[in-house]
Order: sequence, then structure tokens, then C-alpha cells
Amino acid sequence: MKKEIGTATIEVNEEGFMTNFWQWSKDIGEELAKESSINLTPRHWQIIDYIQDEYRKEVPLSIRKIGKSGVVDIKQFYELFPKAPLKTATKIAGVPKPASCI
Amino acid sequence: MKNVVILGAGTAGTIMANHLHKKLNKDEWEISIIDEREKHYYQPGYLFLPFDIYEPEDIVKPIQKFIPKGVQFISQRIERIEAKENTVRLINRQFLHYDILVIATGAQTAPEEVQGMKGEEWHKSIFDFYTFEGALALRNKLREWQGGKLVVHITEMPIKCPVAPLEFAFLADSYFKHKKMRDKVEITYVTPLSGAFTKPKATAALDHLLSEKKIAIESDFAIAEVDNDNKKIIDYGGKEIPFDLLVTVPTNKGDDLMERSELGDDLNYVPTNKGSLQSIAHKNIFVIGDATNIPASKAGSVAHFEAEILTENILRFINGQPLKEDFDGHANCFVETGNGKALLIDFNYTHEPVEGGFPFANFGPLKLLKESKANHLGKLAFRWVYWNMLLKATPIPFVPAKMKLAGKHFD
Repeated sequence: MKKEIGTATIEVNEEGFMTNFWQWSKDIGEELAKESSINLTPRHWQIIDYIQDEYRKEVPLSIRKIGKSGVVDIKQFYELFPKAPLKTATKIAGVPKPASCI
Repeated sequence: MKNVVILGAGTAGTIMANHLHKKLNKDEWEISIIDEREKHYYQPGYLFLPFDIYEPEDIVKPIQKFIPKGVQFISQRIERIEAKENTVRLINRQFLHYDILVIATGAQTAPEEVQGMKGEEWHKSIFDFYTFEGALALRNKLREWQGGKLVVHITEMPIKCPVAPLEFAFLADSYFKHKKMRDKVEITYVTPLSGAFTKPKATAALDHLLSEKKIAIESDFAIAEVDNDNKKIIDYGGKEIPFDLLVTVPTNKGDDLMERSELGDDLNYVPTNKGSLQSIAHKNIFVIGDATNIPASKAGSVAHFEAEILTENILRFINGQPLKEDFDGHANCFVETGNGKALLIDFNYTHEPVEGGFPFANFGPLKLLKESKANHLGKLAFRWVYWNMLLKATPIPFVPAKMKLAGKHFD
């Protein structure tokens, strides 16, 4: 389905995850972050960059992997993206919801 | 003579030994299977052992009983796979050369991954039921437990049989009702997922069953530590859940052998082509069952379906033909819901579990995603099927490797 965000229109699934990564831009990232009540700081952006890099390399994401990445430890990951950090961070990054859950 | 070497004589390895023994030319190929253990455990039985539904002897048999004559069974610990040299080294300094290697070393629990999980309270008030020892210790605990807060918990995904912890919660509800002490037990289901299961339609059906059975659910819980002194689990977000009895599914990992051999990912699973089951790194190494990193459920039914497709692909590999990417992620699981009922789910990579009839579209007799007594009897009958048909690679009538779409109610 389509969703209006700022001045752009993006394609999302029923959970609000973007389905076309190429539609993503930093502005859209900012808007998606607002919807999750998060103010993006440079620290947040480092993690979003990391998530997008891994996605481009087709490496499956998990909380464990992010915790071992050297980019952020799990405790801080939770502080930056409270409650369900991996879900929130991937949603803002415009990549599909991680399928570590089968 | 050429050699096929199978590592691991659990469900997947044993089925492969039987398939390959039937299909390979005995004048050209020698088949060996290596496993340091001597006993084969029927792992689905671990769910029933704590509730005194099965006895230990129902779920343990000698490995050798299921390995066909003509296949060499080597009961020895494996030191390392030297993939570049096509060699498997054993702990006793012996080694085997292989032309084709089949990795079927499975997955196991690693409670040491979570701080405090394997602490003072381990097997006193903290139990797992994914090992024979854990399930048996938990049975003894439940026999005398007077009630309190029971927390059923999943550490992180992926785990073997992702529905098992839910089934545990359902069976616990039923068990305490029968003991006339359900009012003394508060059951909470704690999961790192956002709901009861990983697929939307099944989650809706299972969430409903949880509330019907008065089982509370705590979702999106990523455990940081177990506090043994105060008996509570704490997540990275600071959320705390107290327990009197914690039944946890620890982190699951592939075999340490993969780490020693530099063949695994960060959880020791082997990167594998999800359609052909060939390892990504080495053309003559194939991977089956829980040992792979493919996005399918880690379950015996998956290993059973994979085995048919892998056998075909190994024959193609031997004949120099291209492999087929035929595995569709098919899984088929009975989900015990307590009180002599169960539901059945059938799904693959692309199609989530939905309602319908199984194995016949309109006739059933088993119903998908609906509770019934027939499904429960199906689950109990499955133990016989497992020992007598599945391990021996005898085809199970009407249940093909690739999932059938007919009779399923997709939107």
C-alpha cells in the first residue's frame, strides 16, 4: 500500500515497513523516526548506516549481530531505539523487517 | 571406491544414510556416518516428558538400530573438517577422506550465552526442556511443585521447533488443571517476538488460545540477564519479570565443530543455498536439517522434506548435472494445545500457515490451524511414524516434500 510522508509517497507493507528501499531518503528516515517518537542524533545515524550496509550486502540482521558489530552494544541500542530496537531501527532505515524469526 | 561421509546421526543424518544407501551404487560408493553419541533421542518427546505423558524409554533408542547395514557407523568425536583437503579429522587422530560430505550436526542449546542463566538456580528453579536431562529434571520438579509464578521464556530466535515453548505453556495449563491447582499457578509467556508466533495468521490464532487459557504474554522481551538471587529475568530495556519457576529455551547454536572448522556463521550455522542445500563455500559439501542457516523452521519435518530433495541433488552432483533449487522451505507441525487437542500448521518460505484440510484439500481428516482431537491423535501417532518410517526414509503417504497449495484458505 502507499503512504504519504512529508512531501513524498512511499510503498509500505501492513506493518509500515518500506517495501522499496530505493524510495528511502534521509528526509523520509527523519519522518519515520518522528512516528516512533525518536529524535535522530549522529549516533542513531551510525546505526542506520550500518543496518543499510548490511542489508545491501544481504547479511541477515539480528540483535545479537548488531551487539557484536562494534557499532553499538545491545544496552545502548535499546537506549537509542527503546522497546523493540531492531524493529524500530530497521523501519526507520527503510529495510525489510528482519526475518530472524521463523 | 568413493566416499560419502555424513556428520551427525540425528534425524537428518539418519534419514540421509537411509536414502543414500538405497540410491547409491554399492560397487562405487562407501557411506559412513559419524556421531560421538550412541543414543538417538526423539526430540519432540522432550515436550511430553515433563508432564509425565511420555516415559524416558519412549523417546530413546540406540542410534545403530536405524543405520542400514552396509553403512559404516563411527562412534567418535569429530575434531575438525579440513574442507580444502576433503578430510574429516577425528579426535583419536584417525581421519576420513570424502568425495561428498553431508553436514547434519544439528543445533543445541547454549544457556551460557545469557548471564546468570546457568547459575545457582539452574535445574533448581530454572529449567530447559530442550535436552533430555533438562526435560527429566523438570518432570521431577513439576511433580512436587506447589505453584506460584511459572514463566515460559524464549531467549532469542532462531530456535528448534519454534512452536514448542507455546505448546509447553498450553500443556502446563492443562497439567495444572488436572492436578486441580491451576488457580495456584500464574503462567506468563515471554518472547523476543512481537506476538505468539512468527507468522501473522498463526499468531492471531495462537494469541487467542493464550488469552482463552489465561496465559499472559510479554512480547518484544530481549533478555539481558537472569537474576538468581531475586528470581527475575531482566531485559535490555530494563523490564523485569519475576518467577518462581522459569522454563527457558536458551540460545540455540549450531555445533562448535563449525567454529573449529571455520565453516559457520556467528551462531555456528553453515551458510547454505536455501533451494539446493549445497554449502555456499564448498561445492562437495551439503548441509541438512538444523545445521543450515536457511530461513526455514528448525524442525524434524523440515529435515524429512529436505532429505528427499538433497538426495536427488547429490545424485545430480555425482552425474555432473546442474543441481535443482527445489526446496521450498516446507514445514509441517502439530501444535499441542492441551486437553487432548492440537492444531496443525503447514507452511513454506512463501506461504504462511492458514486454515484448510490436510493432507486432502476438502476431506482432511486433519484441519489446519484449528484445534481438534484428531490433530492431537495425529501428533501422538507421529512417534510411531518417526521410529518406523521417517528415520528409515520410507515415504509417508500423501505428504510430498513440496507443499501443496490446494485446500488452503489464502486470502
